[in-house]
Formats: sequence, structure tokens, C-alpha cells
Amino acid sequence: MLLSIALFLLLQLVGEAISYALGLPVPGPVFGMLFLLIGFFVSDTLIEKVRMTASVLLAHLALLFVPAGVGIIRHVDRIQAEWVAIALILVVGTGVTMVVTGLTVQWAAKLLGVDDDDNC
Amino acid sequence: MTTIVDLWHHLQAQPALWLCLTLLSYQLGIVVYRKTGYLTVFSPFVIAVAILMTVVISTDTPYDTFFEGAKFVHFLLGPATVALAVPLFDQRRRLAKLWAPIFIGVFVGCATGIVSTILLGALFGASFETIMSLAPKSVTTPIAMGISEKMGGMPEFTAGIVVLTGIAGAMIALPLYKLFRIKKDYIQGFALGVSAHGMGTSRAFQISDKAGAFAGLAMGLAGLVTAFIAPMIAPPLISLLLP
Repeated sequence: MLLSIALFLLLQLVGEAISYALGLPVPGPVFGMLFLLIGFFVSDTLIEKVRMTASVLLAHLALLFVPAGVGIIRHVDRIQAEWVAIALILVVGTGVTMVVTGLTVQWAAKLLGVDDDDNC
Repeated sequence: MTTIVDLWHHLQAQPALWLCLTLLSYQLGIVVYRKTGYLTVFSPFVIAVAILMTVVISTDTPYDTFFEGAKFVHFLLGPATVALAVPLFDQRRRLAKLWAPIFIGVFVGCATGIVSTILLGALFGASFETIMSLAPKSVTTPIAMGISEKMGGMPEFTAGIVVLTGIAGAMIALPLYKLFRIKKDYIQGFALGVSAHGMGTSRAFQISDKAGAFAGLAMGLAGLVTAFIAPMIAPPLISLLLP
């Protein structure tokens, strides 16, 4: 558990260092996720060693967003001033993204002749 | 003599109070969510944020004071993002088979999310900071906040927006799938994950386990792809549209 957390933090820090050094606009933890993924392919035993810690962290993922979510009270003025654009982006933008994604995958799977069968 | 007001002012400055309230509100949220039959609008997150906002506003507590306690929870977002590699790795066999349509879909979907936000924002008079805060709205919060910050948005505003996106996405998904005849459950799940991150993923698990797995996979991939392409697409496009 302690080692797994230290590993996650270490990978996050390495990611942070790379992002900073190369001036990349990618958050450090995203690189950390990539490194951990690569680690799983390199070492067969790694995933089982960190699985428990990962599931503890991910089990209440939504809780971790709460402090930042409360931060929206600092932006009430902004929401009031720009609510039309914000509401449209939330509903129409999200809807368009969902439909375009779905239709693209559907079309590409058909075109490439790969599709999911039920034993997958 | 210590009055009750003095005592409150002393406690209000204790980070432990706000950390404790954050955990209790979320726990209460879990109970309410269960009792209401898992309605998205009563998710533990929504309940917890509503309770905490009410307490913070009614006690006139500065957000920074609240955050002094709540930051211990907030801090875990970094390692949790790294931990997303575990469910992602678990999906590697499906990914190996369907990688091509998924690969195309996630790039097209992420680009659509960013471009639609910028176009709608510019069209309806949103400000630069607002558009940049909303551009990564479809990806999971830790990644969205990082992208927002890097592009000149407001991360905590983004965090709130990401949740509103999740609620919107979870509610409109099934009517839209019916309308556009998107029937395969893995595609339904995948599109939910790309457009509405974790909340879309929890909605997808109500469709089927396979839809949920693909939504989780989509959420991870979309986070990664958006982190790389948003800073390439958004700033040039916005400088083209906003004077």
C-alpha cells in the first residue's frame, strides 16, 4: 500500500518534470498514468501489486472532485453573466460530442469489418 | 469567558472541520443516492457539493478557509489519475481487437467536444476564460483541471463544469441514441465515456457491463487524447474567432 502510493506519486512527479522541462501542456499525472501503463506491459506482476491501492483510490473517485466542485461558488457571477453560452455548451456541445463519437465508431467498425461479438 | 461565537471562530479556522464536513457530506450523499434509486441528479457528488456550498455560504466562510481542510482530499486526484492505468490495462484484450474504430472515434469525439465548445462559446458571447475552462469539460476532472490551467482557464470553475457536463450527458444519452439509431451497447458506452467521463461511465454501467467497461476505457483514452490535442486546437481556433 505505502509502496504503491509512493510509486504513483513518483510517476506523477516524473511526469510533472517531463511536462515542465519540455514545456508540454499535459498535466504530470497524465504522463504518470502512461508510465504506469507501460510498466504493466513490462512487468507481469506489477498490476497485482498496485491493484488494491488503485481500487481504494478509484472507489470514491467522485469524492476527490468535491473540494474543487465547491469552488464553483467563486464563479457564480460568471455563470450568471454567461449562462446562455454555458448552458448551450453543456447540453448541445455534450450531445453533439456523444452522437458524433457514437456514429464514428459505428461507421468505422462497419467499414473495417471488425465488430464486437458477445464472447468479448 | 469564551462565548459560543469565539468557539465557532476558532473551529472555523481548523482544517479538520472542513475535511470532516467534506467526508460526512459525501457519506450522506451516498445514503441519499441509494435511497432515491440511483438518480444521477442525486449522485453523492451533487449532494456533497450542495451541502458544503450551503454551509460555506451561510457561515460566511471564505473558500480558501474551506479549502485548507478539503485540500487533503483534493490532493489525491493526482495519484488517482495515475491509478486509472489499472482499469485501462484490464481492457487491453478488447482494445486489441477494436482498436481501430476506437482510435478513430476517440480522436474525432475529443476534437468535436473541443471545437463545439469553442464555436458555441464564441457564437453566444462567452469570454476567453470561460471558453478555455469549458473546452476540456468532457474529460475526467483531474485531467480537465490540468488542461484548463495550462490553457488559461480557471481549474476550479472547470471542475464544476465537468460535473454539470456529466449530469447533462447522463440524462440526454438514451434519447439521443434512440434518435440516431446507435444500438450496440459497447458503442453507447464508449460515446458516454468520451463525452461525459466518469458520470457517463456510471450511466453506461446501467445499460450493461460491457457498455460500462467501454465507457471506462473511453474515459481514460479521451482524457489522454484531449490532454494532448486540446492545447493544439483550442488556442489557435479561439484567436481566430475572438477579436
